Amino acid sequence: MTDGHPPEDKTHFHGVWVFLEHRKQGLRDVSAQLIGEGRRLADLRGTTLTGVLPGHGVDDLARHAIGYGLDRVIVVDDPILETYASRPYAQVMAQLIRRHKPEIVLYGASKNGRDLGGRLHAILETGLAADCVKFDVDAEGNLDMIRPSFGGKSLAHILCKKHRPQMASVRRNVFVAPPHDPTRPGEVVREAVTLTPADVDAALLEFEEFTKEGGLQPEQADIVVSGGYGMRDPKNFAMLQDLADLLGGAVAASRKAVDSGWVPKMIQVGQTGMTVRPKLYIAVGISGAVQHLAGMQESDKIVVINLDPKAPLFEIADYGIVGDLFEVVPEMIRQLRALRATGASVPTAVPATAR
Amino acid sequence: MTDGGTAGRPRRIVVCIKQVPRAQELQVDPVTQTLKRVGVPSEINPPDANALEMALQLKDRLGTEIVVLSMGPTSFDESLERAVAMGADRSVLLTDRILGGSDTVPTAYALSETIQKIGGYDLLLCGEETTDASTGHVGPGIAGHLDLPQITYVSEIRIVDGKVRARRTAEDGTEWWGTTMPCLCTVNFGCNRPREPTLTGKIRVKRGGLVTHWSCADVGIDPKKVGLFNSPTIVAKVDTVRLPSRSGQIFSGEPGASVRKLLASLVADRVIAA
Amino acid sequence: MEQFDVIVVGAGPAGSAAALTLARRGFSTLLVERGRSPGAKGMFGGRIYAWPFAELLPEWAKDCPIERRVVRENLAFLTDDASLGISFDAPKMAQGRGASFTALRAKFDAWFAKKAQDAGAVLVTGIRVDDLWREDGRVRGVFVAPNDRVVSDLVVIAEGATSTLVRKAGLKADLEPREVSVGVKETVELPAETIQERFGLSETEGAAYVFAGSASLGLRGGGFLYTNRASVSLGLVVSSEDLSRKKVEIQEIQTKFRMHPAVQRLIRGGKVVEYSAHLVPELGAGMMPRLSGDGVLVVGDAAGFLINNGYTFRGVDLAIASGVAAGEAAEAARAAGGMTAANLKAYERFLHRRNVLTDLERFRRAPLYLKKDRLFNVYPRMLMEIAERMYTVDGSGKERLFDVVLDEAASAGVPKLKMLLDLLQGARSM
Ligand SMILES: Cc1cc2nc3c(=O)[nH]c(=O)nc-3n(C[C@H](O)[C@H](O)[C@H](O)COP(=O)(O)OP(=O)(O)OC[C@H]3O[C@@H](n4cnc5c(N)ncnc54)[C@H](O)[C@@H]3O)c2cc1C
Ligand SMILES: Cc1cc2nc3c(=O)[nH]c(=O)nc-3n(C[C@H](O)[C@H](O)[C@H](O)COP(=O)(O)OP(=O)(O)OC[C@H]3O[C@@H](n4cnc5c(N)ncnc54)[C@H](O)[C@@H]3O)c2cc1C
Ligand SMILES: Nc1ncnc2c1ncn2[C@@H]1O[C@H](COP(=O)(O)O)[C@@H](O)[C@H]1O
Repeated sequence: MTDGHPPEDKTHFHGVWVFLEHRKQGLRDVSAQLIGEGRRLADLRGTTLTGVLPGHGVDDLARHAIGYGLDRVIVVDDPILETYASRPYAQVMAQLIRRHKPEIVLYGASKNGRDLGGRLHAILETGLAADCVKFDVDAEGNLDMIRPSFGGKSLAHILCKKHRPQMASVRRNVFVAPPHDPTRPGEVVREAVTLTPADVDAALLEFEEFTKEGGLQPEQADIVVSGGYGMRDPKNFAMLQDLADLLGGAVAASRKAVDSGWVPKMIQVGQTGMTVRPKLYIAVGISGAVQHLAGMQESDKIVVINLDPKAPLFEIADYGIVGDLFEVVPEMIRQLRALRATGASVPTAVPATAR
Repeated sequence: MTDGGTAGRPRRIVVCIKQVPRAQELQVDPVTQTLKRVGVPSEINPPDANALEMALQLKDRLGTEIVVLSMGPTSFDESLERAVAMGADRSVLLTDRILGGSDTVPTAYALSETIQKIGGYDLLLCGEETTDASTGHVGPGIAGHLDLPQITYVSEIRIVDGKVRARRTAEDGTEWWGTTMPCLCTVNFGCNRPREPTLTGKIRVKRGGLVTHWSCADVGIDPKKVGLFNSPTIVAKVDTVRLPSRSGQIFSGEPGASVRKLLASLVADRVIAA
Repeated sequence: MEQFDVIVVGAGPAGSAAALTLARRGFSTLLVERGRSPGAKGMFGGRIYAWPFAELLPEWAKDCPIERRVVRENLAFLTDDASLGISFDAPKMAQGRGASFTALRAKFDAWFAKKAQDAGAVLVTGIRVDDLWREDGRVRGVFVAPNDRVVSDLVVIAEGATSTLVRKAGLKADLEPREVSVGVKETVELPAETIQERFGLSETEGAAYVFAGSASLGLRGGGFLYTNRASVSLGLVVSSEDLSRKKVEIQEIQTKFRMHPAVQRLIRGGKVVEYSAHLVPELGAGMMPRLSGDGVLVVGDAAGFLINNGYTFRGVDLAIASGVAAGEAAEAARAAGGMTAANLKAYERFLHRRNVLTDLERFRRAPLYLKKDRLFNVYPRMLMEIAERMYTVDGSGKERLFDVVLDEAASAGVPKLKMLLDLLQGARSM
C-alpha cells in the first residue's frame, strides 16, 4: 500500500544501493556491471556502496559480490525469498529502504528488475527511470539518469529532484563489470524483515530453461548474421548459419522471428533482447523497427539485405543490397566459398590486432 | 490451450491501454532535433493490443466482461472505440487537464483509483511496456498500489479452478506461475495476433454510450498527487543521438553483381579478409 | 445480434442516396463501406449531373464540394497528331435542373454520406461485406465473418460495377468481358489560375471534354477531361474485350493519350498526382441484373445503370436516382406488407418515374452503335482529312466540300451507303 506521505526531507538519505539479482546461486552479470557503476557514483557522492541481496542461503554469494567493489551487502535470508517473487521481494526492499534511507537505488533492467522496480516505486512513491545507459551527478547533487527514448533516436536526461531515493534500472552490457577481487574487504549484514506466508501471493510452478545452443554466442562474436521475419520459415535459418560459419560469426534474430517461434529467445537482438556491438552486423530480412535498432545500431559496420528499398534499416546501413534474400544469401555463400577455394587465406573477420 | 472449465472464470477483466504515435513513423526533425509528433498517426500501444486480444480470447473461451481503461486526452477515444469495435464490452477514459505531464507514479496511482471505481474486477491486464515511454513500470505500479499479485511478461493465461496460470518469459527460460484472482498481468508484445474490429463492434460504437469519460473529481483522485508537478521525475533535457556516419552504399540489381560489390567493399574496409 | 430495417452495402453515390432516402422515411438504416472513408476507394474526379438533387437535397449547392460548374462542352476527334473539335458554350447550363459540376469523389462521397448520416443512417466504414445472410430462402442481412453478421428486412446492394453480392444473391451471372469497359483516371495538378486562363474560365466555371478517335488508339472507347478547381481529371474508358483481344495495357493507351499534342496543350506543366483504374458497366440496359428479389434491391453501377452514349457519360446521377427509387420502393413494400420480391417490384416503377430505366432503354443501342470500329477509327481520320483539305490553301485548286467527303469516304474504304446507314443509326441511338 502506498504511504501517501509528502516527500521526506532528502538530506536524510545517504548511500548508493545496488539490488543484487541472482539465479541458481549465481550473480546475474548485470548486477556485477551495476556494482562497477555504483562504485563510481558512490565515490562521486562521497558515500558508501551497498548491495542488497534478498534470498535464502546466499551468504557466499554476498561475499563473492563484495569482490566487485561493494562496501557491504545487506542479506535478507528467508526460505520465502529462495527465488524471485514480486510481492515478497518488494516488501523486503520497501522495508529496507524505509529503514536505511539510501539516496540512490539501482536495479538491472532485467525482467525481474523492472518487475520489482515498477512495483516498488509506486509503493514508495518515488521516481524510477527505466533502462538507463549513463549516469551523471548534477550541480545540486541530483542523479542525472540518462536513458534512450524512442528506441534510441534520442537520449533523455531524467532527474528526480524532490523525492528519495532516486531509483533507476540499468540496461545490461552497457557498463563493464569491474575485475573481481576476492580479497576485497567488506561487511555482510543480515537484516530481518517480517515476512509471512501470506506475503507469498504467487508461486513459480515450473521453469523450463532455454537451451543454450553451443558454439559462438552473438554477444561474443565479431560478426553477427541476423535474420528477421523475412526469413519466412525456421528452416531457412540454416542458410544464415552457413553464412555465419563461413565468416566465423554467430546467428541472431529479430523479435518477430523469435515471436514466430522460429528461433530461440536467447538470440533476440534489440531493446528487449540483447545488445550487440560486433565489427559486422548483417541484417537479413529485418525491417529496422526502433526496438531492433536499440540492440545493434552501435555495430561497427552494418550490412542490410532487404527486398524493400524503403526499409528503415537501410538508413543506418554501411552497405545494403536491395534484393531477395533467398537469392542474395546463397549467392554470398557461393562467392565466399569460391574466395575460400581460390584465395590464400580464409575470409573471416580480420583479427582486431590487425586493424 | 485448456482452461479448467468456465467455473471460477474472471467476471470482469480490465485492460489498460494507451494510445501512442506509430513508432515507425516518428522521425527526428533535422532542424530542431526534436521528435516530430504532429501529423503522426496513432495506434493502440502494440503490447496493449496483445493484452486486449488475450482478454478477448478469454472472453471467447469462458465468457467475461471486458472493460478497457485509458488515461489521456479525449483523442484517445479513437483507440477506445477501436477496442470496443474489436469486442470489448465498454471503455473508460480518465481524462482531466490536471493529469497532464504525469509520470509513471501518478499514472499508476490514477489508474488504480479508476480501477477501484470500476470495481468488480478479477483480472487486470496491461502491456509489457509502451512504445513511447517504454518503462513497463505502470503495470507493476498498479499492482503495488492495489496490493495485488502480479505476473509480468506473460504470453499465455489459463484459468484453472478459479486460479490463474500464466506463462512468463524470462531472460533464460519460460516460467509458469500460479496465482489467485484478482491479479494483474502484463502481456508480452507479439504473443498473439490482435483481431480486426468487426461490423457488429463498429455498430455498437456508433450506437454510442460505450466510452465513458471520467474526470479526477468523478473518480475521487487527489489533485495533489497527479500531474507534472506531482511527478517525482522530470525530463530535464533530451539529446539527439548522433550515430556514427555510415557510408550508406546500397546495391541493387542482379544479385551476383551486388554480392560481389558488397564483398569487395567489406574486404577493402578490412572487415573481412580476402 | 445487431438489427436494422435496411442495410445498404457501399457508400458510393447510389448507396448514400438510398440510405438518405430510407432514413428519412423512418427506416433504421445501416450504411456499410469497405473504404476507410466514403470515396476513399472510389474514382477520383468526374462530372456529375445535378438533376437528382433538385428533389433530394434542394439546398445541395450550399455545401456540396463542387469543384467547378460546367459551362463549356467540348467534343474532339483525334488522329495521331491532329484534332478537330466542337465547342459548345452554355453559361446557362451551369444553372437550373440541367446543371452539372465537376467533383472529387473523395470529397463528394464523404459529403453525401454525411447527409445520409445526418438523416439518421448509421455509417460504418472499413468493413467489407463478404456475403448476404439468408434465412428461409430469402435475404435476411449481411455476413462479414462467422461471428459477425447483421440482420435486416432488406439489403440494398450498392457495391458499384464490381459487385459480387449481385451474383451471390443469384440475381445475375458473372460479368463477361463484353459487358464491361475499363476506366482509368489521372488527376493532373495545375494551379487554379492556369486552368482559368488556359480554358478561358472564371473561378467557378469548368469545362468538359470528350475525345474520340486515336484517344483510345482506335479501340472502342474514348477519353475525357474535366477541370476541377486546381487539377484536371484526365481519363479513358476502353472496351475490355478489345484490350484483351489486342493485348494492350490500358496504361499504355493512357500514356499515349496524355502525350497527344491536343491533350498536352491542356495539361502542360501539370503533375500527375493520382492514378486509378475501375470497371465501367458498358452495356447499360443490356447487362442489367434482376433488380430485386426477396429482401434485396440493386442500385447504381451494381445494377448496370450507366449511360455512355458518346457525348455524355452518366453514372453518378443514375446511381443517385436509383438510390432514391430504392428508398421509395422500400416504403411502398413496407406499406404493402413486407420486403418480398413481389412488393419490391415497385422499384422499377420508381426508376421509370425518374426516367432511369427510360433513359437506359432509350440508349440501349448506344453501346452497340459505339462498338462500330468505323466510328473510332475511320470517321475521325476521315473528318481530319476533310478538315485538312478544307483549310489547306496551297494553290492546288479548291474542291467542293461534298466532293471532298465522298472522296475521303472512298479512300477510307467506306461505301457511301454504309456511311449513310451509320449516320442514320447514330442519330437514332444517340
Ligand atoms: C515493447 C516492444 C519491444 C520490442 N522489442 C524488440 C526487440 O528487442 N527486438 C526486435 O527485433 N524487435 C522488437 N520489437 C518489435 C519491433 O517493433 C518489430 O516488430 C520487429 O523488430 C520487426 O521484426 P522484423 O524486422 O524481423 O519483421 P518485419 O518488420 O515484418 O520486417 C520483415 C522484413 O523482411 C523483408 N523481407 C521479406 N521478404 C524478404 C525477402 N524474400 N528478401 C529480403 N527481404 C525480405 C521485408 O521487406 C521487411 O522489411 C519490440 C516491440 C515492442 C512493442
Ligand atoms: C474512369 C471513370 C470515369 C467516370 N466518370 C464519370 C463521370 O464523369 N460522371 C458520372 O456521372 N459517372 C462517371 N463514372 C461512373 C460513376 O463512377 C459510377 O457510375 C458511379 O460511381 C456509380 O455509383 P455507385 O454508388 O453505384 O458505385 P460506386 O461509386 O462504385 O460505389 C460503390 C461503393 O461501395 C463500396 N463497396 C463495394 N463493395 C463493397 C462491399 N462488399 N462491402 C462494403 N462496401 C463495398 C465501394 O468501396 C464504393 O465506395 C465514371 C466511371 C469511371 C470508371
Ligand atoms: N495512460 C495510460 N492509460 C492506460 N494504461 C496505461 C497508460 N500508460 C501506461 N499504461 C499501461 O501500462 C503499461 C506499461 O506502460 P509504461 O510503463 O508506460 O511502459 C502499458 O502497456 C499500458 O497497459
